[in-house]
Amino acid sequence: MIAGLAFYLFAFILIASAVMVVTSRNPVYSVLYLILAFFNAAALFLIAGAEFLAMILVIVYVGAVAVLFLFVVMMLDIGFAQMREGFQRYLPVGAVIGGILFLELLLVLGAWRFAADVGDLRLSPTPAGVSNTEALGRVIYTDYIYLFQASGLILLVAMIGAIVLTLRDKPQAKRQNIAEQIARSSEVVMAQPAIGAGINRAEILRPLPPPVAEKPKPVAHDGGHH
Amino acid sequence: MLTIGLAHYLTVGAILFVLGVLGIFLNRKNVIVILMSVELILLAVNLNFVAFSARLDDLTGQVFAMFILTVAAAEAAIGLAIVVIYFRNRGSIEVDDVSALKG
Repeated sequence: MIAGLAFYLFAFILIASAVMVVTSRNPVYSVLYLILAFFNAAALFLIAGAEFLAMILVIVYVGAVAVLFLFVVMMLDIGFAQMREGFQRYLPVGAVIGGILFLELLLVLGAWRFAADVGDLRLSPTPAGVSNTEALGRVIYTDYIYLFQASGLILLVAMIGAIVLTLRDKPQAKRQNIAEQIARSSEVVMAQPAIGAGINRAEILRPLPPPVAEKPKPVAHDGGHH
Repeated sequence: MLTIGLAHYLTVGAILFVLGVLGIFLNRKNVIVILMSVELILLAVNLNFVAFSARLDDLTGQVFAMFILTVAAAEAAIGLAIVVIYFRNRGSIEVDDVSALKG
């Protein structure tokens, strides 16, 4: 009963915020509605019993991806007004294609029938008496370990790719050239100064002594009024 | 009506998917909103996976949804990086300008 009401509430807010993501005038508002949509989708996951995925959705999406979107939207100085020029023009086409797609999805999913032996076809049935997180962990680290490692590799490649793409190489940046430093042999000379004499080479540029600050002239008080 | 089954989740997922596709059509000029629409589509797919996983008592759907989350995060990072360098080069993020070859 309460779960049903909560489902309808969260589903309604999810769809409404998705509509606002798509039609919002300002992309900053779009990102904020996207965050709201993710929160409500996490609530739907919770109702379905996927607690770990719900928490992952909040942490990864709201905490990382949506904030990344927010960064980029606010960082780029874009005139958002002319961005929406084709909005009215593309609305009929989008509505027609969306309607057709929705009808097709309803046809496919409405006629959905499970197989009679669907219980035997399960790859990894949910174990009884174990929390969702623990059950997922048991499956991920055993049966799907290669896929798990591969997804880690995907994240690594994405990170390196994003850095390489956005790294700006400044031409005036000063860098240490280690090979040149090591190969420079002619200019470095070993010296054996006499004890106490020190090295006083002319070509060494020492910093000039700090200029002596001029003392301010004493103010003559003889013409003043006392 | 108040017992939530598979059909409810699939309906919400279908509506969300269609809204994402509609967003791609409506915001033809703004790449960032298109990326957000792609995120909505992936969220709808995840919703379907989780719904079937809950209905069948099979954890595979949740595992798959987790991998989709991973790939979606990577895609968002790469896409936003491309948007940033594109804006740096051209001063706009309109999709119609992308076809210009001269960088």
